[in-house]
Order: sequence, then C-alpha cells, then structure tokens
Amino acid sequence: MNRVIAVFTKESFLVPAVAIILGLLTGAIAMLAGGFNPIDAYTALLKKVFGNAYNFGETIRQITPLIFTGLAVAFAFRTGLFNIGAEGQFIVGMIASTVVGVSFDLPAIIHAPLAIIAGAVAGGLWGAIAGYLKAARGVNEVITSIMLNWVALYFANWVMNAFFIPAGKQTSEEVKDSAIITIGWLAEMFDNARLHWGTLIAVLAAIFFYIILWKTKSGFELRSVGLNPHASEYAGMNVNRNVVKAMFIGGMFAGIGGATEILGVFHYQAIMTQHTGYGFDGIAVALIGGNTPFGVILAAILFGVLTFGASGMQFSAGVPFELIRVVIASVIFFVAAHGIVKMFIKPILKKKKEGGN
Amino acid sequence: MNSVKKVVEMRGITKRFPGIIANDSITLSVGKGEIHALLGENGAGKSTLMNILFGLYQPDEGEILINEKVVQITSPKIANDLGIGMVHQHFMLVETFTVTENIVLGNEPKNGLKIDIQSAEKAVEKLSNQYGLKVDPRAKIQDISVGMQQRVEILKTLYRGADILIFDEPTAVLTPQEIHELIEIMHNLVKEGKTIILITHKLKEIMAVCDAVTIIRRGKVIDSVLVKDTNPDDLAAKMVGREVNFRVDKTEAKPKDTILAVEKLTAMGNRGVNALNNLSLEVRAGEILGIAGVDGNGQSELIEVLTGLRKATSGRVLLNGKEITNQSPRNISESGLSHIPEDRHKRGLVLDFTMSENMVLETYFHPTFCKGGFLDYGAIDKHAAKLIEEFDVRTPSIYTPARALSGGNQQKAIIAREVDKNPDLLIAAQPTRGLDVGAIEFIHRRLIDQRDQGKAVLLLSLELDEVINLSDRIAVIYEGAIVGIVDAKSTSEQELGLMMSGGKVMQGGGNDE
Amino acid sequence: MKKVLSVLSVATLSLSLVLAGCGSKPEAQPQGQTGSNGGAPAAKAIKVGMVTDVGGVNDNSFNQSAWEGLQKLQTDLNLPKENVNYLQSKSDADYVPNLTQFVKDGWDLTWGIGFLMGDHLKKVADENKNAKLAIIDAEVDAPNVASVLFKEHEGSFLAGVVAAKMTKSKKVGFVGGVDIPVIKRFDLGFEAGVKAVDPSIQVIKVYTGAFDKPDMGKSTASSMYGQGVDIIFHASGGTGDGVFNEAKDRKAKGENVWVIGVDKDQSLTFGDEITLTSMVKRVDEAVIRVAKDLSEGKFKGGVQWLGLAENGVGLADTSTKNVPEDVLKLVEEYKQKIVKGEITVPDK
Repeated sequence: MNRVIAVFTKESFLVPAVAIILGLLTGAIAMLAGGFNPIDAYTALLKKVFGNAYNFGETIRQITPLIFTGLAVAFAFRTGLFNIGAEGQFIVGMIASTVVGVSFDLPAIIHAPLAIIAGAVAGGLWGAIAGYLKAARGVNEVITSIMLNWVALYFANWVMNAFFIPAGKQTSEEVKDSAIITIGWLAEMFDNARLHWGTLIAVLAAIFFYIILWKTKSGFELRSVGLNPHASEYAGMNVNRNVVKAMFIGGMFAGIGGATEILGVFHYQAIMTQHTGYGFDGIAVALIGGNTPFGVILAAILFGVLTFGASGMQFSAGVPFELIRVVIASVIFFVAAHGIVKMFIKPILKKKKEGGN
Repeated sequence: MNSVKKVVEMRGITKRFPGIIANDSITLSVGKGEIHALLGENGAGKSTLMNILFGLYQPDEGEILINEKVVQITSPKIANDLGIGMVHQHFMLVETFTVTENIVLGNEPKNGLKIDIQSAEKAVEKLSNQYGLKVDPRAKIQDISVGMQQRVEILKTLYRGADILIFDEPTAVLTPQEIHELIEIMHNLVKEGKTIILITHKLKEIMAVCDAVTIIRRGKVIDSVLVKDTNPDDLAAKMVGREVNFRVDKTEAKPKDTILAVEKLTAMGNRGVNALNNLSLEVRAGEILGIAGVDGNGQSELIEVLTGLRKATSGRVLLNGKEITNQSPRNISESGLSHIPEDRHKRGLVLDFTMSENMVLETYFHPTFCKGGFLDYGAIDKHAAKLIEEFDVRTPSIYTPARALSGGNQQKAIIAREVDKNPDLLIAAQPTRGLDVGAIEFIHRRLIDQRDQGKAVLLLSLELDEVINLSDRIAVIYEGAIVGIVDAKSTSEQELGLMMSGGKVMQGGGNDE
Repeated sequence: MKKVLSVLSVATLSLSLVLAGCGSKPEAQPQGQTGSNGGAPAAKAIKVGMVTDVGGVNDNSFNQSAWEGLQKLQTDLNLPKENVNYLQSKSDADYVPNLTQFVKDGWDLTWGIGFLMGDHLKKVADENKNAKLAIIDAEVDAPNVASVLFKEHEGSFLAGVVAAKMTKSKKVGFVGGVDIPVIKRFDLGFEAGVKAVDPSIQVIKVYTGAFDKPDMGKSTASSMYGQGVDIIFHASGGTGDGVFNEAKDRKAKGENVWVIGVDKDQSLTFGDEITLTSMVKRVDEAVIRVAKDLSEGKFKGGVQWLGLAENGVGLADTSTKNVPEDVLKLVEEYKQKIVKGEITVPDK
C-alpha cells in the first residue's frame, strides 16, 4: 500500500516538475532562435530574484497575491466550478479595503483587520453572485465570472473617481496608517522592499483551505458536490447552496489578496486602465499547483520568480521579457498536456521500477 | 478440437498492478472458428487479459501466439494488424457522425484529399450484408438504438479486417430481443470463418452460444472446458468457488404494520408529461414488495419521489404514518428510509472519494462523525472498516477510491451503508444490475435478512426472475400506475408478463386505483 | 503591386522597430567615435536608466521616444552601450522595484517615463536621497528629482490649426487616453487651435480610459469616422495604434480620413498616407537635455516646462508631405504669436 501511495505522490510531483523543466527548455529554444544566450538569461533571472535583499523581498511581494488568486481558483475547482472571476473578486477586495482604510479612524488593532475582512467579504460576495446565478438560474459561472471581472474593473474606477480621488489626481487618498499592514522592520531588513503581513495571511489561507476542505463537514459537502453532484443530492446535500458557498469562499481568498495589496503594497488605490492580471495568473497557478493548497503556494512562487525575474533577464541579458511569457505558457501547456510529460518521464519511471524490483 | 488450428494462444500471462496480481500465469487457447467464453466474476481479471491481447497493456510475464507465431502486441494498432478487433462494452463512437463515418474513421478511403464517402458506404453495406449486421449506413449514431450501435462497433472491427473478435460483456446493455439478435450475429460471424472471444459472467449466454469456456477466478485459470460437457450449476460453482444457489431460500413473510403508504401519487417525468398517475401502494414491515414492469413505466420516477429527489404534483407519501411528501432527501433519509439507487455510479457513490468517505455519505453530519463542524476521521475510518469487514467488501484499503473497486464490491459497499442506517424502509432499485452470480447471491441474502429483521423492503427490478424470487408480494406498474398486486408464490411469469404489457388482471388483495 | 509593396514596407518597418526595441546593442559607429573626439572630453561616463510605464518601450509613443533619446545620448557622449538601459513595467506594482533597481545599482540618473509613475518615483526619491531621478509629464516635489513637463497645449494648438484648415466635413475628433491633466492639455490646446481658425468646426472628444488598448482606439475611431469626422488627433499612447489601423482600413476603402499623431513623428510608423502630421513632444530631447546637464555637473531638481519656445513641442518635420505650404505658413504665424506671448493657449 505504501508503495502505491509513493508512486502516486511521486508522479503527481514529477509531472509538474518535468513540465516546468520542459517549459524552461522551450523558452531556451525560443531564446536561441532569437539569438540570445539562454544560460545568461536564466542566470540573470535568478540573479535578479536572489541577487539582493530588496529584489528578494519584492519577489515575495509579487508572489503573495498569486497565492491568494491561485487559492481562489483552486477552491472553486475543488467544488467543480471554474472560477475565472478571481480578478474581479481581487479588485472588489481592493475597493472594500480602500474604503475602510480611508474612511475610518480606528485603532490599528481593529482597523487593519477590519479592512482585510471587508476585502474578504466583498470578494466573497462578488464570487457568490456568479455562484448564485449558477445555482438559481443555471448560468455558466465561467461566463458570469468573466463578465464580473469587467464590471469590477469599471466599478472600482467609478467608486474611486466619485468618492476617493482628489481632483486632478489618479490615485485615491492614502489609507490611514492604522490600516496599513506593511511590516516596517521586515521591510527595512529587505532594504525597503514592500513586505507586508499579507504574505503570512496567504500561507494561513492555504492552511485554512486545507482544513476546511479536508477536515470539516462543509468541506466534505463541497468536495462531494464537486466530484458528483448527483450523488450529493441523493445523500441529502444542498447542491445549490454549496455552489454559492464555494464561490463565496473562493472569492474571499481573492478579496483578501486585493485587500493586502492595497494595505500592504500601495496604501492607495489608483485608477486602473487594465486588469491587475493576478486573477488570470491565478488560474495558471491553480492549474500548475494541481488545485492543492501546497501546490498553489509552490506554483505561485514559480510564477512570482519567473515574472519578477523576467525584468532582470531583459535588463542584464537583453532578452525581451515577453520571452518569459513563452516560458510560462509552455509550462502551462506541458502541465495541461500531461500526457506528453508522461511520455518524457516514462523511461525514468520504468528504470526506477526496475531498480526497485 | 485438437485438429483445429489454434488462432490465439496465451501462455503463462502474468500482469501485476500495484497491490494486486490481476493475471497470474494465465493460459488461454482458442481454436479457429470457435466462440470461446471467458467467464469470471467482476474483477477476476478477464478484462485485463483481453486488454493485453488487444495491446492496451503489456504482460509482465508470458507470451502470446497468434496463428501459432509468437508476437509482441505493444499497441492496439499492432493488434489490428494481427487481425484482432475489440468490441468494447462502452461504445467508442462519435455521436454526431453517421454510421459509415464512424466505421471508416481513421481508415477512410480517400479520393485525393477528400474522403470518398460513397465507396465507404458501399463497403459498409457489403460487410453488413455478408454478416447479417443490419444497419443504415447514413443514419447518425445519436439516432439509432443501442443494439444498432453495437453492430456499428462490430462492423468497425470487421472493416479493419479483424478475424479474431473480442466482445466485452456485449449483452449488458441490450434488451432481450437485441440479445437474441446478437447471438444470431455471432453465429453468422463464425460461419464466415471468424473467431470470437466472449467476455461474460452470464451463464445463460455461454450455454446458448459458446463452444468452449475458460473460467477465471481471482486472476487464475480455474478450468477450461467444452460447453457441451458442462452445465450452469457447475460453471457457477467454478466461477464463484463454491456451490451457488439460484433459488433464494426464504421463510414465509410475517408482515406487520404498514410502514410506507403511497396515496394517489402523481408526478411529472423529465419529458414534461405525467410519469406517475394516481399511484397507490403500501409496504408493510417484514415483507418485500417487488415492483415489476417494463422499463420506463414510472419506476425511476416513483423512487425519486419517495426519496425526495423529485417533486410530486399531487398525492401523499406516508412513512410510519408521518407525511414525507416533497420533503428534502435529507429529511426523508433521517425519517428512516434507506435507498440503494439504481445507478450506483451516478447516485450511489462519489467515485473519487475514498471508501471510508463514501460510507458516511449520508451520515457524515451525525454527532458520531462530526463534532463542532469538524469531521472525526478516526470514527469515520473505524465505521468504514467495520462495514467493509461485515459486508465482505473487497478493497485494498478503506482509503482506496471507490472508482478502483469492482461493480460488485461497490454495490456491496452501498448496501452496507444503507443497511447500517437501520432504516424502517429499504428501497432497493435494480440492486444486482451488472453484477456476477456471487455478488447477486450475497445481495439477495441481505435483502431477505432485512425483511426478516422486520424491515419493509421495496424492491424494484427489471429482471423478472429476481422480482419473483425475492418478493412476497408483487405490484405491477404500467404507465405510472399500479395495475395489480399479486402474491409472489402463486403467480407466474406469464401472468406478470400480461399485466406488465397493460392487460389488467385482478388478483387477490390487489389495491389498484 | 502597390499593396504588396506597402505590406512589405510595413513589415520591414515593424521588424526594424522590434529589433530596435529588443536590441539595445547598436553597433559601434566609427564616425561617432571620431566625431566625439572633439566633443566634451571632460564629461564623465554617466549611466542613465529609464523605466517605462505599462506601455512598454515599443509603444510608438513617449516611452519609445525616451529610449531613442537615451540611445542618442549614448552615441553623443560616446558612452559604453551598457551605460544606458531600460526596464519595462508590466503593472503598477513594478514601478517601484524597477526604479529602485537603477537607484540601488548606482546609476547616475534614473528616468521615470510618464505621469502614472509620479507617486512611485516620489517614494523612491524619498527613500534614496542621494540618487538623482527625473520624470516626464509629472511634477514630483523632491530636491533630487527633475520634473520635465511639456506645454502640450501649445503644440496641440498648432495641430488644431492644421486640422481646421484641412477638414472637409467641418468635424474633427480628439481621442484621449486617460482623463488626466497632461491629456487635458492636448485636448484644450487642440480645440483652441481649431476654433482660432474657424469657430464653426465641431470638435468631438472621447477619452478611452486606457493608454494600452488598441482595440478601444480602433472602435472609438470607427464611431468617430462614422459620425463624419475626417481628422482625428489622438493623445492616447498605444491605444492610438487602433486609431491608425481604423484610418488605414478606411483609406483602403477610399475614404479620405486622417490621423494626427502624437508624441513622436508617427508617420514613420504608420505611413504618411494616413498620418496628416504629428504633434511631436521632444521627450528624446528632454531626456538628452537633463542627462547632459548631469554630465556637465549642472543637474538640479525642480520643474522645467518645455514649450514651443524651448522647442519641446511642435509639429513633425515630415508635415510638409501632406500639409500644403500656406497652411504651414499659417502654423508658423501662430507659433510666433504663441512664442511671443500674443496668444495664450488654455491648459486647464
């Protein structure tokens, strides 16, 4: 039995790992085709990320929202839903935390948590809209959540313009100091990189993700509904309620991500001319992470390192950073097409098996 | 037999999967023009063996000879080239394509770059006439019956030049009439020089069509005999490993209070017309009430209304005198009703959940398993281990996903779960569908045990034998209403058959509308 | 044949642009070296970096213009090629780390390109008081930051004059990116120029809300041209690419429509069959100017406004191709009036 578990865990780990390597190789080929030296490029990428404390800190800053949106997508996926709306949920989380952060004057011990909770609830409700439409009207959540992304974007700009942005400015007033969750001493250690409590909250959220899905009654229902709604209905579970619940919880993760981005990184909200992109990257993060909380953290780290390091690649090796998108896209491709990856690792597995016998 | 050329010989085939030896040095030998049955319970290793022959799996040990030559079958393509074709249990057809398109798919006659559909149609028609496989080459798959689709599968293998045809449980999806036609087709194929390997666990079919039979039990060959030298009892004993009783032994029922009362129930079917019309019936403690009827006369809808999965438009359902009409499935379940659903994959199990989780699918929220919103996996696992032991569910572990179990063991697990709820009323819908003899016997025994413990049992089955054997009383359903209730001891297939087809017969104690 | 040629030329053009963008390794030119021997030999080999906004370095607009300025600076001062470099920003969150990268690496001057970077640049400047930074299009109040702003309204006024003289339908359009003070200056200057020539001409204005959405630019232009507008002046960065595309499509169908480009001479990118003229913002000149100040030890923080008088804005030299001489003469007259202060162009 142990052997069975070992084989499965190995493969579930091996496939994304090999997919990542294949993705990097594909990127390297693209670089060679463009006349760049891939080794220099990847070295530059790693140097950028790990080269100094500031950039390392900023990489962590880059990773944090990806964990949140990755969890948001993965959670819904576990319940059989495809949450494309993490972007919108992220944005309404930003709005709510800005509103609370700017409008109230409270002791820090209350203010910051309140602003984060506001972001969580806002993101959750935004997700629940898509969940409700699915449950009550049978509207595909993919469509509604995509549309809600745009609604959120323009809604955010309207709210900011109408209430929070002084005339002639592009950014809202700063949130009150009491709502800010930047970790001063840590930021100082990292040479003023924008480090904040959100990273810790992201890790806690991943643990929460695990506990709620695999340890609680609610999680049992959510997973059951995700895997087989018919059997769940037969077993007396309320399928529709669970759909709404799953989208709410998923949205909460994204909403907290948006809130910590405001409270920890920017301290104000700017007019957005485009989506933040974190929600969409979250889909890929969830996919590469196999929709498990630990996998999401690892995938977010990968994503964060690649995207943040990309500018180093361009800076020191002259490789246009669009190429890192080629790498990321290839990784996603190889994870999705795990059949191809399995073909590559088959000889390895076989050898291992023979060796084991 | 010895004079006949061996077309397939598999020698000492062994195939191991993690935790299980699916095939343990199996030897199989099939002569030309033979219909050779591969008999065994679910999970005995028949399908694995045939998948090896078809190139889907590689054996760990052993060799294969086709037409007396050693071959390496590393892919279905090679199997094809060797003249081996497989008719799968679950058809692999493109629903929106025509019969011809499906048959030539991947092997299309070309006219330049275009598919030459006309010559393809001609080829299909020719094959169809040669082997007596009647199909309309231009019909779309989605528009033709299941039996017809199976013929398309057979034609597909023939079109690719197969001489050795493997049929995987071909009758599981067919109506009696279609089964009859299939047997005819098999005879035709053999007459035209083909060889057939038939995977089955149905003894009747083997006796009807096969020349020889190889019996497999738990991955090993038990025996290989000629059909003319054997009989169903003998085969069953070899398959299951002990004597099998086809007749269900049971004592006289001692019915007591009415547990379930259904009064003038009406409900809509999926097509928007009434599937139930003023249906009334009663089930009492200590009896099994069987419902007989031709499929599609409201059986499924009746059960769905009783269990809360479908809304009644009028009428009442009383459980122990308490009204449960249109309550939620959970309320009904908690009021003392257990339900073995007719589709165990769709309703009965979450296939990707572990066995342990499946065993508490309806009871996970009970205080025994759930404290303050958190599940007590210790208690859940203990519960599962107990049931699996008690009901002899063969699973590598309680953490194995339900998907990995054979159909019989899945069904045993469901019955274990439902019986363990200690219900007043147990509804069993098609409880033995697709199961082998051993599992059927086990399940029948359990249902009677429930009756003897004073539970009310409502049995719904499309197998008339089963209804007659198990029930104490039989209610016949026709067009959404009970057309008569008869005593199981004194009725006959003929009488039931007449009622099932709509001919009304009044019989003692019937409380039809 | 003509079509094939134009496709080819566009292809080569865009290819060369892509290469220019990726390259950052211009070949050492022998002439440049000899030429610079006589130049300012005392100047130290400064390192100048720039951070683009989300438009990126190939935006056919001010990011690209700034980068071209830096490349020119490199040849002018005969600097090693690694002494000028740029970092592209993918989102708002990248501004601070990108600016910080140059600062921490000890670059002598770090440019932030674009209004959107103002607050971020301020933060970096405050955290690194010894570093020298500069920004285009925004006022940053810090002693170590040089803020360069342009009197876009003055240049846009001249574009308005051209539009007013050239329109046949008496309707001209303005496509703005985001409604911010800089873009407002384009808008107001353009309108003032149009009205100065002929107050009866209608000016239709749309702000798309984005600098990086060519699709929105195209649909906006489509509806404007559909309303009878025949000349569009855009001040919308990459969004404007869509305006050019729409014009190109319509031109191919025989409609007589024009675009007035912005920031740099966009006829070089989109062809002079649709580009009437361009309101050039000499971002490249500004970049060079401040950097040269630095290399001569004359860098100082504070705001500098570059207008017609300072040659910071104006119409592209290629305007002669499509704009008749008499119109250009009129433009020159207005220019002199503005320079002399006889006309004050509104900017708010």
